[in-house]
Amino acid sequence: MRRLRWLLGLLLIAAILVGIFFLSIPSLLEWQSAFLKKAFLIMLLSASFCFLRILLGPTPADRIAALDIFGILILGFCAILGVTTGRGWYIDIGIAWALQSFISILALGKYLEGKHFDD
Amino acid sequence: MIEKIGFGFIVIGIAFDFFGCLGLLRFPDIYNRLHSSIKCVTLGTSSILFGLFLCEGFTPAGVKALLCILFLILTAPVSAHVLARSAHKSGVRLSKDSVCDKYAEDNK
Repeated sequence: MRRLRWLLGLLLIAAILVGIFFLSIPSLLEWQSAFLKKAFLIMLLSASFCFLRILLGPTPADRIAALDIFGILILGFCAILGVTTGRGWYIDIGIAWALQSFISILALGKYLEGKHFDD
Repeated sequence: MIEKIGFGFIVIGIAFDFFGCLGLLRFPDIYNRLHSSIKCVTLGTSSILFGLFLCEGFTPAGVKALLCILFLILTAPVSAHVLARSAHKSGVRLSKDSVCDKYAEDNK
């Protein structure tokens, strides 16, 4: 059963990767090159892994770790969009998101330990 | 030429992000998951930002990307350490395959 689940997940991920690399997927933005579009789709796939871990993580600590990585991936999205569109202000969104994410992770870790915020 | 080197850095960063998130989905307990997923930060997203710096040059966006790399390298280990410590103190168990738990032995 365990091996069957492993094989099923591997086949699913391989099918999605083949679809990203060889199918032409329509999108609203005008991409500077096809490479950046594929890069953005692979980042979306890894963000969906983080989202899956938030949904089915057994302990709260797993969910907090996945939330941390999700914030970092959004910074990567902003960087790729900045390269693609040539607009500088995308990286500002990323910096603000990373700052807020760091402070919220510290507060959630304190809460998980079972203490008050002002200890 | 320098733009192609920047695209190479973006490829390296995306590979690290993808495999880090795969480890986040695949590994058995929270400590192993933190071990793999912090590679997303210090190697993955940092090299995407460095690729953006190489593509843009010394424009405001490029310099902001460098500052963001500095911020990430300073803060990501801190947040990982806080998460692992608070998970251990709140009683999250290790997986069955793990061999020893030095942190619990030290705090007896």
